[in-house]
Amino acid sequence: MKRYLLRRTAILLASLVLAAVVLFVLLRLLPGDPANALLPVGATPEQIEAARRELGTDASLPVQFLRWLGDAFTLDLGRSLISTLPVGPEIAGRLPVTVPVTLAAFLLAIVIAVPVGALAAIRADRWYGPILNAVAQFGIAVPAFWIGVLLVTVFALRLGVLPAGGFPPDGWAQPGLAIEAIVLPVVTVALVMSASLIRYVRAATLDVVGADYLRTARALGLSRGAALRRHGVRNASVPVIAVLAVELATTFLGAVVVESVFALPGLGSLLVTGIRQHDYPVIQGVMLVSTAAVLLVGFLGDIAQRLIDPRLLQRTAS
Amino acid sequence: MSRRRSLHLGIGLTLVLLLAAAVVVSYLWLPFAPDDTSGGRLSPPGDGHLLGTDKLGRDLFTQLLLGGRIAFATGIGAVAVGSLLGVSFGLLAGFATRWLDDAAAVALDILIAFPTLLLAMIIVAGAGASLGAAILAIGIGMAAIVARLTRVLVKQVLAREYITAARVAGISWPRIVASHILPNIAPTLMVNLALQAGLAVLAEASLSYLGLGTPPPNASWGRMLFEAQATALTAPVAALAPGIALVALVIGLNLTADGLRDLTDPTRRRARTATSPASSTSPATTPETAATPASEPAAATAASATAAATATASAAASAAERDISPRRAAGADGVAEPSDPTGRSER
Repeated sequence: MKRYLLRRTAILLASLVLAAVVLFVLLRLLPGDPANALLPVGATPEQIEAARRELGTDASLPVQFLRWLGDAFTLDLGRSLISTLPVGPEIAGRLPVTVPVTLAAFLLAIVIAVPVGALAAIRADRWYGPILNAVAQFGIAVPAFWIGVLLVTVFALRLGVLPAGGFPPDGWAQPGLAIEAIVLPVVTVALVMSASLIRYVRAATLDVVGADYLRTARALGLSRGAALRRHGVRNASVPVIAVLAVELATTFLGAVVVESVFALPGLGSLLVTGIRQHDYPVIQGVMLVSTAAVLLVGFLGDIAQRLIDPRLLQRTAS
Repeated sequence: MSRRRSLHLGIGLTLVLLLAAAVVVSYLWLPFAPDDTSGGRLSPPGDGHLLGTDKLGRDLFTQLLLGGRIAFATGIGAVAVGSLLGVSFGLLAGFATRWLDDAAAVALDILIAFPTLLLAMIIVAGAGASLGAAILAIGIGMAAIVARLTRVLVKQVLAREYITAARVAGISWPRIVASHILPNIAPTLMVNLALQAGLAVLAEASLSYLGLGTPPPNASWGRMLFEAQATALTAPVAALAPGIALVALVIGLNLTADGLRDLTDPTRRRARTATSPASSTSPATTPETAATPASEPAAATAASATAAATATASAAASAAERDISPRRAAGADGVAEPSDPTGRSER
């Protein structure tokens, strides 16, 4: 385990650095001079030069990269070209919206998907099996923002039981309002996430249901339920956990898009505004934080998987 | 058994072909001119307007057909870009020496850690919002997934005896690629590409919804939904129709992929008949690839332990074993079947 942990940590760090390189190169390869954002139309060459110097884009690319990466390590992500506010605190200020939405949606998706998926597998022969499948099939084809639009229409506009969007200005200092504000976004993301999760859980459960060791357990006198509980759950959970890590990242992305539906001031809306305004430091900062989060979750997922099923350790070692 | 699967293929193809036919018809005939705003704002269905009009007075059904063009252009364009780049790079990586190949595998893993939608957003940030930029961006994102899949598939084929035999017979590598490798990896690739087309359509819709895709006045389904959001209560059809069209197309593509997979993989069908009845309802182990039914439970358990391990190069194995259910079905030869494991079904 220790060896695996070391190796996996090394991979994580390498991925982070490489991801930063990719991000930096991609953004610099793009046409358009960030200095343009600072300048009025018809700026003189001297003004352009000054703007570039101010942004640091007059230095060579490797120098720019090292500078940016060094700053990023000290949590300094530069300043927005538009608002001139530092990007780091701006991102930190958005997290109290995006993180709760992501985590709550993720948990809700699990709460929906695990029983439904398991049921779809264990009772595959019942009449509702095909219905559950059809619902899941529908769920993976639905864009999250459309679900959001429909939920807003029904629950906010028609019934008026929940706000259609926005977030209380004082944030979590007004817990009631804040919770009301994220209910619909959370449900939206969770519904979409649970659809694909149901398919994973169902597949993993089907694998276990047909396993020889369960038949043996039954032969030794355990009831079907007891056999599943004692031997099935842990085995079925390994592939599901592997998927959960990926799903958490997807949930986060879903939240990024769904924030726009509900006008939530989270990371997603920060990114979308940044892109619309060609605000490179903001785009770079949000992308770096998102990618780091995705990679970190993958790392934790791998570790968790090996804690549950040590056999995986031997396989990678050989 | 496979009756259910061929049912999938039937429904899937029907959906896709119906929508494709509507798009073809849209080039020959439209109920109204795209910029004809004579219909009155947000009028309900009727009076020659099958679905009513949008808030500018344009015929909604016409807009829906035009949006279909964009959806199909995205699906086809992104798959073209993605497969061209992805297959070439995957082939190169598959042939590369150990060290270079490992580097390629890691690079692909990292690229895949950038979700397609975010990648597309960066490209749109620089290139400006347009359909071309969206297609290119989605295609590039797809290329990483296709390349990873191609690489693993190529490795599997290269390990086969008939490749050695062909080499011994003095056949050149380019000919081996053309006559042995490509035909052997094509079926699996096609299934994956059908799924990717669906994801591309969803990604374009998301971009357009966010105002980062097809710019107005072009009617993209995502944009139509964005515009209909504010008036969803008074004009519900406008908020429903584009979404239904979108879902129909994506479900169609997913089911087609589902059916194709079964059709192109006789070992799977054989496995299914051999196993318990429970397995005939076949699970989808590789969900990303969303509708990919992958594992055959009963057969899988025994073979699963060896599945990942035998998957050729160690990097391939760890990639396959990391993201996908380790309990995946093994093919007839006990090789882990690769798929697209990352969570890129962003919507």
